[in-house]
Amino acid sequence: MSPNRPMLEIVALEKRYGDNVVLRGVDLRVARGELVFVIGPSGSGKSTMLRCCNRLEEPTAGDVLLAGRNICTGSSRDLDRLRLEIGMVFQNFNLYPHMTVVGNVMLAQRKALKRPAAEAKAKSMEMLQLVGLAHKAEAWPAELSGGQQQRVAIARALALDPKVMLFDEPTSALDPELVGSVLKVMKDLKDAGMTMLVVSHEMGFAREAADRVVFMDGGVVVEEGSPDEIFGAPKAERTRAFLSRVSG
Amino acid sequence: MQTVLDQFLNFEIMAKALPLLMAGLLVSAELCAAVIPLGLVGGLLLALATLSKRRAIAWPSLVFVEIFRALPPLVLLIFVYSGLPFAGVRLTPFAAVVIAFMLNNSAYFAEVYRAGIQSIGRGQWEAARSTGLSQVQTLAWVVLPQAVRNVLPDLLSNTIEVVKLTSIASVVSLGELLYAAGMARSLTYNASPLVLAATIYLVLLWPLVRLVGRFQRRLAA
Ligand SMILES: Nc1ncnc2c1ncn2[C@@H]1O[C@H](COP(=O)(O)OP(=O)(O)OP(=O)(O)O)[C@@H](O)[C@H]1O
Ligand SMILES: [Mg+2]
Repeated sequence: MSPNRPMLEIVALEKRYGDNVVLRGVDLRVARGELVFVIGPSGSGKSTMLRCCNRLEEPTAGDVLLAGRNICTGSSRDLDRLRLEIGMVFQNFNLYPHMTVVGNVMLAQRKALKRPAAEAKAKSMEMLQLVGLAHKAEAWPAELSGGQQQRVAIARALALDPKVMLFDEPTSALDPELVGSVLKVMKDLKDAGMTMLVVSHEMGFAREAADRVVFMDGGVVVEEGSPDEIFGAPKAERTRAFLSRVSG
Repeated sequence: MQTVLDQFLNFEIMAKALPLLMAGLLVSAELCAAVIPLGLVGGLLLALATLSKRRAIAWPSLVFVEIFRALPPLVLLIFVYSGLPFAGVRLTPFAAVVIAFMLNNSAYFAEVYRAGIQSIGRGQWEAARSTGLSQVQTLAWVVLPQAVRNVLPDLLSNTIEVVKLTSIASVVSLGELLYAAGMARSLTYNASPLVLAATIYLVLLWPLVRLVGRFQRRLAA
């Protein structure tokens, strides 16, 4: 792979549910180490786009390339292997409630990556350290705050050494006072060079950490630019309308 | 009053019938050891089949479940034991009971597992699949452990029903507990062996019934 080839490429991505066209040709590139921040009104297809990037949703047309490899072709075994390289963080954390924190972080390392137990354990502790929760390794998810659960979910994804991390409204389910701890972990991750595609409403975080902001509406990318461009001087009417609504 | 006691609670006759009943209990236990695991495993496979995205798998399994939940087990057993010989299939009583029970139990257990698997939200599947776990791995490590825990009381009470139901094997002359008690009754012209058999069922099953109640309360809490 050439060094200036994007880490993640979304090409002419389309998704329909029956007659409902949710994505109508989305094109988006995320460079290595870049943080691209996606905003847009509810129902504009942000989650759908993100979920097409690891094929939790099957695209109707178009391609998604990870480091030059098309993830939309190949067997289900190939897909499982590719997913190891694409971390995903969900709005509702989705920790496994029947496993301890460290068990959550270890599972895919053991079963999908086939790492030996000792190595997976060490890696898990390292990742939990990174998100500031090494002391909670033996706790159960139900004993943690939402912010802590989300940081465990981030550690769980990071433990597989992904090439790119997808975040779908990672702080939307959190009490306001817990949002900061999760955003801090995401900022650290960005500073450490992770490639990130983030759907969120945390505009403050976007100004601080995003390289590029993308505004989506009606299943297409309407406008993209630096945080200053999009938040300071949006060109498209729809972007302006949206931003004035959310900053209200 | 004395005659009633003599007829139903004659300890002398009970003592005499005890070896016979113990032999019957052993057969009941063997029966349980065969049909419970078969039902638990068959039910799980059947549940997975009914939940399959492939219609050619899901449909026949759903029909199977409906049919064998509707058919009375006694009818099923008599058909397998006395009906199949007309098709040239002659089975021992034990084999007939095992087959009839497998058809009936797996249908019932399938419904329980199905409810359990469906109680696990899509988010758990998606979290697991997004970390590269295959469908089977997700099922084995993420979904089933939670699903089984959610329906543990139902699995257990279903199992108790199966144990009770093994008494219908007496109609095909399989020498299990009830059959042995019936034998003892006709040998002694006294109902006490039947009372003894009922007591044995009660003593063995009552703690399990209590356990189910405990699980149910804990899950509700
Ligand atoms: N499984 C599905 N079946 C049918 N329609 C769906 C499905 N998933 C999403 N949609 C539709 O796709 C459209 C886009 O949904 P999506 O969740 O991608 O929007 P979003 O931009 O993430 O919105 P939000 O900000 O509310 O999360 C919505 O109109 C939704 O109803
Ligand atoms: Mg969404």
